[in-house]
Amino acid sequence: MNDKIIETEKLLKEYPMGHAVLKALNNVSLSFDYGEFAGVVGPSGSGKTTFLNIAGTLDSPTSGLCRVLGQNIESLSSRNAAELRTKSIGFIFQTFNLLPAYTVFENIEFPLLLLKIGKDERKKMVADALKWVGLSDRSDSFPKDLSGGECQRVAIARAVVKKPKLILADEPTANLDAENSHNIMRTMRNLNKELGITFIFATHDEKVMRYLKRKITLVDGKVDNDQITEESDKGEKL
Amino acid sequence: MIIPVFAIKNTFRAGIKSWLNAFVLSLSIVSIIWLQGLYKGMYDQGTRAMIDAELGGGQYWVEGYDPYDPFSIEDSHGKITHVLSEMIKEKSAACILIARGMLYKQGRMYSILIKGIDPEQEILSIPSGILKEKNNGIIPALIGTRMAKNSGLKKGDIFTVQWKDSKGVFDAMNFQVSEVMKTTVQNIDNNQIWISLNTMQKIFNMHSEATIVTIKKDIKPVNAGLNWEFKNLDFLLQDMKTLVQAKTAGASILYIILIFLAMIAVFDTQTLSIFKRKKEISTLIAMGMTKNKVIALFTLEGMAYDILAVIIAAIYGVPLLIFTAVKGWKMPAGTDTYGFALGDVLYPVYSLNLVFWTLLFVFILTAIVSYVPSRKIAKIEPAKILRGSTF
Repeated sequence: MNDKIIETEKLLKEYPMGHAVLKALNNVSLSFDYGEFAGVVGPSGSGKTTFLNIAGTLDSPTSGLCRVLGQNIESLSSRNAAELRTKSIGFIFQTFNLLPAYTVFENIEFPLLLLKIGKDERKKMVADALKWVGLSDRSDSFPKDLSGGECQRVAIARAVVKKPKLILADEPTANLDAENSHNIMRTMRNLNKELGITFIFATHDEKVMRYLKRKITLVDGKVDNDQITEESDKGEKL
Repeated sequence: MIIPVFAIKNTFRAGIKSWLNAFVLSLSIVSIIWLQGLYKGMYDQGTRAMIDAELGGGQYWVEGYDPYDPFSIEDSHGKITHVLSEMIKEKSAACILIARGMLYKQGRMYSILIKGIDPEQEILSIPSGILKEKNNGIIPALIGTRMAKNSGLKKGDIFTVQWKDSKGVFDAMNFQVSEVMKTTVQNIDNNQIWISLNTMQKIFNMHSEATIVTIKKDIKPVNAGLNWEFKNLDFLLQDMKTLVQAKTAGASILYIILIFLAMIAVFDTQTLSIFKRKKEISTLIAMGMTKNKVIALFTLEGMAYDILAVIIAAIYGVPLLIFTAVKGWKMPAGTDTYGFALGDVLYPVYSLNLVFWTLLFVFILTAIVSYVPSRKIAKIEPAKILRGSTF
């Protein structure tokens, strides 16, 4: 079995900008192992989100190879890509993107409904996810009644409830204060340790970077640096 | 199954916007049902009145009779055949003799139809019993309220009628208004007087002759012999049906406007909703829903307005419709100009069929106007929408 959860080779993503062409990703060759807690870092416009979108099968590269969970994403039909996302990939967004008409419980339950998991099991899995993020007492609340930190914890619970192999988090702390950012990162690191879920972040937030075991720096769409750090609990100490 | 559940949740929880759309939609539903019910009631009521007072279970027409041709009326009479006589004796049929005449009243002259009917008949709801002669030399006559109004005649008035008998001889006599009957059926009222059949046969020299033989309801028509052709109710009510259809089509403009407004509201809401909820749509796709499923979700969200509309319509519409069905709808003055039998009060008739087809019609329309804007979802690129502050 391939031990790489994501592999890219000479990944190129171009966007037309008027008459010019912008290279959001330029010849990016990277691979991530199962269970990693890694981040793609860099300034705005460096290509972090584009990389995550391609890895999450929401976008396709202009050229190059991208294999996610052993599947070449260019050859995936939209239905198969949707199936891959349903079963194996979770997303955490900067702006939480909770479904406003649904309660916390229903938001977290949503991915399980797509997986057609039975009612009793769903209930148990949502309860577990709420426990992991410490929101068991807010299950009946609507997103509008939650703080930013609570919303992001719900988003994390929604991403992890189905125990996916891969979670892609795009600037998960950008809308949070320092304390909430650390809480969120600690929660995700614990889930990484306990459930073995691979977390890949796109961030330029120093607070997030302190928790990462691996930092890949992108500059102008190119890999500038790929750095493995020691088992990190630095964030906690700060 | 999850998509309909999500759709209903989304719509029900979308607040005042959903309720307003649903209210407009419910207005359309109630209006359509009410108007259709009103016209159904109009047709039923008119038909019933015509059957009771004029048509019975159908009519035998003598050869050449055409109610719309005043010039052929004079020749439209024929011997009552043995078969028809037997039916009349058994009280299964009533015959009517029709002829033209001139009515003179206070120096004025009116062209009228004289109709002879057996005072003993029990087939038609005409108070023909009062036409029995009283040996005072004056022929009792029955007229309707419209005739009374147009001619200025009232109960007890004596007037002169002139006619031409079967041999072409002009004659005239005095008649007396024995009764002014109130009827909704114009065909037995407008410009006509009713007298006893025997008297009419005698003064017109048309012994044992008639123009029409009306049979009792639920009697099976038989071959009445040469010169007599049976006209069933489908044929006799055709004009009525056509008139009601014309009225229905005319009134449908109202509910077309209402439906159009409701559909515009749904379409508008759907279009705005898709524009405003692009991030939500992209999130759903990111979580694993295919675009087709999201399109289905949004289409069903639009259709969920129907469910809300039915609930709202049930709350205020059902009592309203029941009230109008029981109490009726007071008809304004001048409904005689409608051209068919209408009472002072019209009772709408609502059927399950009517409700079912109305709801189905609204559901299909809503599905279309919900689906059309939802197709735009196929063009949404979630990667672009979900992009945060970083590139």
